[in-house]
Parts: sequence; C-alpha cells; structure tokens
Amino acid sequence: MVYFILKRMFQSVFVMLAVAFLAFSLFRFVGDPITQMTGVETSVADQERLREELGLNDPFVYQFARFTGDMLKGDFGFSYRTRQPVADMISSRIPATLELGVVALIISLLVGVPAGVYTALKPRGVLTQAILMTTLVGVSIPTFVIGIMLIFIFGVQLGWLPTFGRGGTVQIGGWESSLFMIDGWRALLLPAITLGVYQLTLTMRLVRAEMMEVMRTDYIRFAMARGVPMRRLHYKHALANTMVPVITIIGLQFGGVIAFSIVTESVFQWPGMGLLFLESIRFVDIPVMGVYLVVIAFFFVLVNLIVDLLYVAIDPRLRIKDVS
Amino acid sequence: MIAFLKKYEGLWLFVHSPAAMIAALLAALILLGAVFAPWIALVDPYDLASFSLFDGLLPPAWEDGSNPKYLLGTDDQGRDMISSILYGARLSLVIGLSALTIAAVLGVGLGLAAGYYGGRFDAIVMRIADVQLALPAILTALLIDGIARGILPTAIQQDLRVAVLTLAIALSLWVNFARTARASTFVQMNKEYVQAAIMMGQHPLRVMFVHILPNILGPLLVIMTVDLASAILLEATLSFLGIGLPADSPSLGTLIRIGMQFLLSGEWWILWIPTVFLVVLVVSINILGDFLRDVFNPRLR
Repeated sequence: MVYFILKRMFQSVFVMLAVAFLAFSLFRFVGDPITQMTGVETSVADQERLREELGLNDPFVYQFARFTGDMLKGDFGFSYRTRQPVADMISSRIPATLELGVVALIISLLVGVPAGVYTALKPRGVLTQAILMTTLVGVSIPTFVIGIMLIFIFGVQLGWLPTFGRGGTVQIGGWESSLFMIDGWRALLLPAITLGVYQLTLTMRLVRAEMMEVMRTDYIRFAMARGVPMRRLHYKHALANTMVPVITIIGLQFGGVIAFSIVTESVFQWPGMGLLFLESIRFVDIPVMGVYLVVIAFFFVLVNLIVDLLYVAIDPRLRIKDVS
Repeated sequence: MIAFLKKYEGLWLFVHSPAAMIAALLAALILLGAVFAPWIALVDPYDLASFSLFDGLLPPAWEDGSNPKYLLGTDDQGRDMISSILYGARLSLVIGLSALTIAAVLGVGLGLAAGYYGGRFDAIVMRIADVQLALPAILTALLIDGIARGILPTAIQQDLRVAVLTLAIALSLWVNFARTARASTFVQMNKEYVQAAIMMGQHPLRVMFVHILPNILGPLLVIMTVDLASAILLEATLSFLGIGLPADSPSLGTLIRIGMQFLLSGEWWILWIPTVFLVVLVVSINILGDFLRDVFNPRLR
C-alpha cells in the first residue's frame, strides 16, 4: 500500500518534471528572451551583459535546474505582454476556471450517470433510443456552437440569463468566488452547461457500457435468482460495481474539461485561465503559455493521483492483491 | 470471394440503412459544392471587386426586403452567403483532408513499424502517444499553433497560416492511427503469411506495406471517417477562437466567428446558416463513421 502510493508519487513528480522541461524549452528556444525584454535601442553590448546577468550563457542543465527551482519557490517570471508577474496573472484566474470546471463535471455526473443506468436497464425503450440519438448529435455539435445556441435561446430570445462575464463575485481569502451569489450562479449556469454537455455524453456512454457488462455477470444473475428486489439489485449490487469506472471517468474528463474550458471561456468571455491562455497565444506571450501548461499539468496529475488512491479505498480487491 | 461477399454485405447494409444513405447524400452534396465552388458561387468572397457594400445585410429570400439574387442573404460586406459558405466549406475540407492525410501517413507508418519491430521502438512511440493522449487534441493544436507563431518570422506568418493550421491539426490526430495500426499489426504478425514473408527474406518495408497494410485497412478506414469529423471540428474551433485563419480567407469556423457579432442584432442568417451547415456536415460524417464501424465489426451489433 505504502509502496503503491510512493510509486505513484514518484511517477507524478516525473510527469511534472517533463512538463516543466517542455515549458522551459518553450521559454528558452521559442524566440529569444533577450529581444523580448529589450527595445531596439539597446546596444549589443548591453544585451550581452543582460544575457550574462540572467545566466542565459550558463550550461543548459544548470539553467533548467534554476528554472525548476524558481518555479518551486513560486517565482514564475514576468509576462512579455503585460510585464506583470505571471504567478499573479494566473492565480487570479484560477478560481474562475476551477469553479466552471467543477460545476460542469457535477452536471455531467448528475445527468450522465442516471441516464447511463437507465439506458442500460431498458435497452429497447423508446426513451433510450431517443437519448442515444440525442447524444450522437450532441457529440457532433462543436462546443462553441452549443454555447452560441444557449446564449441565443436563454440570453437573447428569453433574456433570462447573462451571456458573458462572471456576474457577482465574493472575495474569500483571495479566492474570487461566484458560488455565493445568485447573480454569480446565473452567470455560471450557461457556460457550465456548455462545458458539461460533451462530458455528459461520454459519462453516459461509459456508465451504460459498464452497467450492461455488470448486469451479465454471474453474481447479478444469482442475486436475481435468489429473489433480490430489482430496485435493490440495480442500485446496490450493480451500480456499486460500476463506480470504479465512473471514478476513472472523472480523472480522464478533467483534462477534457480544462481544454474545452478554453473554448467555453472564449464564447462567454469568462475571465478564467483559458481566456488568458488564448490571449497569450495570440500575443506569443511565451512565459504565460509555459506556466499555464505547468499549472494545468499540476492539476491533472493531482486529480489522477487522488483518483488512483480512491480506487484502493473503493475496491477492496486492489488492497488484497497488494498484500499478497 | 470472401472480400467480394464482405463488399456485397456492406453494400446491402448500406441500402438498408436510411440514416447512412441520407448522411452519405448530404456529405456528397457538400463535397461537390465545395469542389465546384468557383463555378457555382455567385461571387468570389476573396475578390473585393466581385461584391459591393450596397448589397450588405440582405436577408434570405423568404424574408421581407430580400434580393432574390441572394438566396440565403448577404453579410455586412455584401458577400453572398451561399458563396461564402461554399468557399468556406472548400477551405475547411481542404485543411481537414490534408491534415487527415498527414496524420494517417505519420500514424499508420509509426504504428506499423511499432507493431513490426516491437521492443524499444514500440515502447518509445507508445509512451509519446500516451502522453499526447492525456492532452486533448485541441490543447495540442493550440500549443503547436502558438509555438509556430513564436518561431516563424512575422513576414511569412500570414502566408503560412493554412500550412501551420493543417500541421497543428495533423499532429494532434496521429495518435489514433498509430494505436490502431499497432494493435492490428500485432495480430497480423502472428499469422502465417507474415511469418512466411519474413522467412523468405523480404524487406521489412515490403512486409509492412504490401502484406500487412491491406489486411488492417478496415479499422483504419473507420478511424479515418471519425477523425475527418474531428479534423473539421478542430479547424472550425481554432478558426472560431481566432487562432486559425484570418478573416480574409474565411473557413466555416471563421464565418461563425464573424456571425457572432450579429448575435444581438437581427441578422440571424449571418450566424446560423454557416453554423447549421457545419453541424450537418459533421453529423453526416459521424453517422457514416458509425455505420462503417458496424460494417467492419459485426460483433458490435
């Protein structure tokens, strides 16, 4: 058990180092940092002195070590575009993206899991066919079109919900949250649904496949023969065993949520990390791009680490295998 | 004989699947429209002289105040919507298909080699694939685009937009091909005909491309269809985000981005007609992909 956790931790650290290396290469080799920092009138001698002062002539490995060390200390350098510390720029945007992503995930699970169970238990039902057809179309409609459609229906035609921005936010110890005001929730609803739809179809399909698989197993047939009430059979015996894949889904979908939050944030002008990343691509703001990657990778690794630990907590078989 | 029966069976299934037939018909119509755009289209949206601002913001023919010359109306510049869409679809399909071709050549090549040689080469290719699979395609494409902006000199950047975009999409889609080709190659490697070919001392390239490749085409064709839809969607998304193509050579995604500006005013057609067009195109291709998967994998249904 301890060995398993240590091994996973070690792997996570390795992934983070790889991403940090990618970010470092971006910063070091895509464009020259010195030309970005200095103006046209800076003399060549001054440029060389700056290069020496910043340690850009040092050996590559040494530079990378310093880069990683600075990152660990929370020093992420400065943006080429705004000249502000990247750490401040990114951290002020994290709450918006995380709240959007988490609410989208919750929507996708709250709708996707029951829909998956239902379509698995009633494979020939009319409603099942309708749901499956809808998801096929849902997968084919790009995220930004779903966003535009929601804006058009609920924002423009009905005028019920705001179409851009975060609405009212509350500061809680440096965390700017929109979860404590009705206004904030109203602004959050459309982007979260937009982001959740694609994940929802994935969740539903996976839960459906898993549930159908479990329903065919011997222990379910045995329980059926024993006369366990159907309700109890479905929700206690079968669903409990589909929970492991569902947790995997959360881990896998996190990457998708973050990536598509770039699109969603762009449609709704949601002031999160994705919008910042888009701007930094447009202006070739390499430090921000690099740090965005590192931060995303960090969340990704963290979520997957938690997911792996949850497996052990949920599935007793994994613990037994470990002992033997 | 078996190949013929399989073909026959596929055709038979096709004739009996109305969804697949309608999808194929729509996809073929759009493809034809895109290919023959320069001859069908009323105006050339790239040629400023062929349209005039006086025709701007005309609604589609069935609404009041329209000009019957422009069936689906015009945009704010006076460009005929049908012409813009045909040219846009042309660009989207060109980028989608070339990106798909690059991804397929790269992915199938690497996958075949990984399956054939196994060992360390296989491990390296598959680790790279795993890492990339953890990143969603859109993030990869955005990143490649951003790097290209940093590396390429500003002067030639505009001219290379299409190439950069195509490459970014191709590099984010090759993984599917590589994994499928590798898995199928592994299966074929144990068969006698491959063993015989290797034993006869045939060149590895010949074994891979002449013997193995024809036998793994089925699953690859399915991936191709599904990934064509992904490629078109990726291009549309990137152009919509303003990262893809500039406004003077609009693809479907760019048209939708331009149309967004009219979301709050009354000119709905500038936004919704390209949007519907894109969705119909992608849904048709996806339905065809689902159909092909069922044909090549009878166990699934």
